Amino acid sequence: MNTILNLAWLIPVLPLVGFIINGLGRKSLNKGMVSVIGCGVILAAFVLSVMVFLQTKSGNTINAHYFDFIQLSSFNLGFEFKIDQLSSLFLLIITGVGFLIHVYSTAYMHEEDNKDFAKYFSYLNLFVFSMLLLVMGGNFVIMFIGWEGVGLCSYLLIGYWFKNSDYTKAANKAFIMNRIGDLGFLLAVFWLIAKVGSVNFDTVFSAASLAKLSATDITGITLLLFVGATGKSAQIPLYTWLPDAMAGPTPVSALIHAATMVTAGIYMIARSNALFSMAELTMTIITFVGLATALLAASIAIKQNDIKKVLAYSTVSQLGFMFIALGTGNYVAAVFHVLTHAFFKALMFLGSGSVIHAMGGEQDIRKMGGLHSHMKITSITFLIGCLAISGIPGFSGFFSKDEILAGAFSVHGYGPVLYSITLFAALLTAFYMFRLYFITFTGKFRGTHEQEHHLHESPSAMTIPLIVLAILSIIGGFVGVPEALGGHHQLASYLSPVVKSVTHHLSHSTEYILMAVSTLLVFASIAFAWMKYKNYQAEGNATGFGKVLQNKWYVDELYDVVFVKPLMKFSAFLNNIVEKKGIDGLVNGVGKAVQYGGRQFRLLQSGQVGLYVLLMVVGMLGLFIIQFFCKK
Amino acid sequence: MGEFITFPELFIWLPLLAGLLAFFLKGNSAKNWATFSSLIVLAVVVASLFYSDDKQYASYNRVNYYWLKQIGNSFFVGLDSTSRLLALLTAIAFPVIFITTSKNNYKNPAAFYGLMLLSQSGLMGVFVSMDALLFYFFWELALIPVYFLCSRWGGEKRIQTTFKFFVYTFAGSLLMLAGILYVYMHTSQRVFEDGTVSSHSFALHSFMSTMLSIKEQGWLFALFFIAFAIKMPIFPFHTWQPDTYDQSPTSVTMVMSAVMVKMGLFAVMRWLIPVLPAGALAHANMVIILCVIGILYASCIALVQDNIKKLIAYSSIAHIGLMCAAIFTFKEIGVQGAVIQLFSHGINILGMWVVFDIVERQTGVKNISQLGGIATKAPVLTIFLVIIALANIALPLTNAFVGEFMMFGGLFQLNPWYAFAAVISIILAATYTLNMIRKAFYGEVSPAVQGMKDIGFAEKSALAGLVLLILLFGIMPQPMIEFTKDALKNILAVLPK
Repeated sequence: MNTILNLAWLIPVLPLVGFIINGLGRKSLNKGMVSVIGCGVILAAFVLSVMVFLQTKSGNTINAHYFDFIQLSSFNLGFEFKIDQLSSLFLLIITGVGFLIHVYSTAYMHEEDNKDFAKYFSYLNLFVFSMLLLVMGGNFVIMFIGWEGVGLCSYLLIGYWFKNSDYTKAANKAFIMNRIGDLGFLLAVFWLIAKVGSVNFDTVFSAASLAKLSATDITGITLLLFVGATGKSAQIPLYTWLPDAMAGPTPVSALIHAATMVTAGIYMIARSNALFSMAELTMTIITFVGLATALLAASIAIKQNDIKKVLAYSTVSQLGFMFIALGTGNYVAAVFHVLTHAFFKALMFLGSGSVIHAMGGEQDIRKMGGLHSHMKITSITFLIGCLAISGIPGFSGFFSKDEILAGAFSVHGYGPVLYSITLFAALLTAFYMFRLYFITFTGKFRGTHEQEHHLHESPSAMTIPLIVLAILSIIGGFVGVPEALGGHHQLASYLSPVVKSVTHHLSHSTEYILMAVSTLLVFASIAFAWMKYKNYQAEGNATGFGKVLQNKWYVDELYDVVFVKPLMKFSAFLNNIVEKKGIDGLVNGVGKAVQYGGRQFRLLQSGQVGLYVLLMVVGMLGLFIIQFFCKK
Repeated sequence: MGEFITFPELFIWLPLLAGLLAFFLKGNSAKNWATFSSLIVLAVVVASLFYSDDKQYASYNRVNYYWLKQIGNSFFVGLDSTSRLLALLTAIAFPVIFITTSKNNYKNPAAFYGLMLLSQSGLMGVFVSMDALLFYFFWELALIPVYFLCSRWGGEKRIQTTFKFFVYTFAGSLLMLAGILYVYMHTSQRVFEDGTVSSHSFALHSFMSTMLSIKEQGWLFALFFIAFAIKMPIFPFHTWQPDTYDQSPTSVTMVMSAVMVKMGLFAVMRWLIPVLPAGALAHANMVIILCVIGILYASCIALVQDNIKKLIAYSSIAHIGLMCAAIFTFKEIGVQGAVIQLFSHGINILGMWVVFDIVERQTGVKNISQLGGIATKAPVLTIFLVIIALANIALPLTNAFVGEFMMFGGLFQLNPWYAFAAVISIILAATYTLNMIRKAFYGEVSPAVQGMKDIGFAEKSALAGLVLLILLFGIMPQPMIEFTKDALKNILAVLPK
């Protein structure tokens, strides 16, 4: 047996150990020790992940069963891991980007109390543990354990500054909206148990099991799983928690709400590609939900003035792109975009953290401007991120986005339409990203004098991760160079044992045309942003349609009116009317009736013999009559 | 030891004797005595776990004394896995209650702790009785001390509340008694070893072999079910509970919610289904529908509660409803889930009460709207609360996840629509639980919370013990499943095919 793969269980256990040490030792450990432990365990996990990756690259995989979780005569569920090419790739992203963000955090969170600092790192370690469980799980239940675990950590970290009631509200919202999605996931699992009798990936995706499922079963299960994905990966209709989740510390946004957790839905669908490829209706729904989310979120991002909110909506929109890829059967492109997005979005979030750090906590870009001259590393790396996400040729985002667009184009029937709308969303992306860049880093500084005096480049614990991520954002795309550009798409061949895309082939010449069109339009879009925002003057709140965008299409308000308020009103109705007046009223009514009856009958016991004799006679007559009429 | 005295007897006699003795003790010694004796009981129950193999140690776990032979009754007690599990829960609950509430000073502690221990004895008796008359006797022995405890040591509205509680549950008990007598009259004769012959029998096995018609089983089922439904409680027989939980002293509420509500569920598994299988099968659908309505109904009401004690009460009604529904699915996964959830729910709700007893004792407040910022003042308490609350909403790797997962799975197998409806409760539960945490524990420190201090060693150890159990059975539930597997036989094997 393969020793390294047999040690793979250490990968999640290491962060768990970090969580326990930092959690229990939060009072006694100093910041240095906390940092070393917190980052050290992730680094160790990363090293192991690299070794595991090398194994999977040469074709070695493992299904490890550790112990029985729930074993019944009719159902068998083990605590098992599945380490193959797909999970191994995610291990690299989680521990690699995770490690950089841990290092970054040591500087970013340095002003926290000792105890809070340790708390922060223990939560962050716990998150990595849960995320690793999610991707390593060998069946849907272990995946679900990680799935809810990351939701918990997200909740804890969004509400990290728990004294602020807006933040804790955002934390609750994130948890509850995720739970709505989780409900779909759970029901899909129950459906599988009822029909297949197993939730193990290999068993479920085997031909024998798939044959047991009717078309309705497959559509139902995949739709429910997709509901789960919309919660975790912030798609319509469950995306509204993600922008609010920016209440958490910025490195958390980078790790959880950009690079890893929110891609769990994509991972799950890619993992279940055998099921999804059989569900045509679900795939179409996924495509359109992804498309609508990509457009909606991008349109909102155009008008946001909070640096993190822009990035948050951008994440929602980019996740939409990944779902378009999934929906068109282009699983490899989706995973590819997860990879490149993890680099450039984590980079930009960390960059925004660096900006916020320098601005003394200010997040409003209207009060920034001209920061390039004060913090060159942050500015240049951020620019690289913008170029990557916009899809400038040579940068990582170009390759993955191009593959998604090509996949959309190749869809039968509405391919070109789908392509055009997706491309439009991509142009919006370039526009809002460069709007953000120009307003923040170019022009004149618009903040207070004090802030300007305080402006500085961040310490190296923060800038080194930025530089590493910037390099990855440039070169990360070269693992997936398409054949049309003379590459071999190493990622596709690496993933081929687990994930096979089912897209139609395009001719090279078509691909060239598509690339040329998108590249030209992206440049145009950036140029437009430059013209519009090079001499940006702080403006008030938007009016007209801009106001609708600035207020996020009023979706939060809509949900409040349509779901939250009616539910609370209904519950209050149940509590005040049905419960107190209805059911309890009835119960008390019975009691009162008995008491009342007792009081009335008591009056009969008057002590007057005459009355007793009278009643006796009446009673006897009554009995006589009953006897007479009924006994026939 | 089997020759001499058996485990189930010890479970009953130890707290009974300790309780009677406690009445004669003065001042704090009653409190210490109660704690001490409850720890002894815990030790005995834990020891009994090692003698659970019925092939080898049958004589340790089962005894049948002659008692009222002429009417076919005997002192027949025995342990099976479900009773052992619930005896363990009872044995864990009492020391935890005594330790964590030791800072509450009750008037006339001798009587208070004496009654508590009597109730423990009654609970143990309910879980081990193999004779219907004995079962009824212990059922009342468990309840009557609680009436006194509520009416003497409760809150402002205690008399009114206890009266309702008493009348309601007593009415249920009478229905049960009537049912027991009817079934008794239809049992065949019983021949005792010394030659005494009684024309009928109260023994469980005699009850199980009656020849009741399906029609009789139908209405008898309704009779018994209402009796047990009041005790659990199941919607719409639940309205006594929130007020009673609110008005009782917290340690009594803990007994009621952690252990006593399990009496109803246990009775369904041990008595109702085995004795009236055809009736159970015929009514299963209706019971489940009632339970599912109750789950959603109680969860919605919990959303708008400001009083934390009532919030927990409604949350518990929802959880119990799910357990009851899962039993009536008659699917292996559902029933097994309900069995282990009996234990898990007890541990979790105990933890919730421990935390809120501390909060109420220190702040004098039980409304969410008056609390706030406890996390700032009592961070360790908050950590425990968050873990317990997460278990309460069935987060994976906590004990309740395993149970709820299996129960929902069972419901789905029976009818997906039941599962679709019931599963909504996990969203509602997350909403009311997290909102409560947010308002009471996070945010700025409210005036009522200003003087709060974090918890001391005793409370910390008790809570840590509960949290360990939560995690242990959340991460490795299989040993407990293995341990309670034979519980299913009693239920699934008796059903008419």
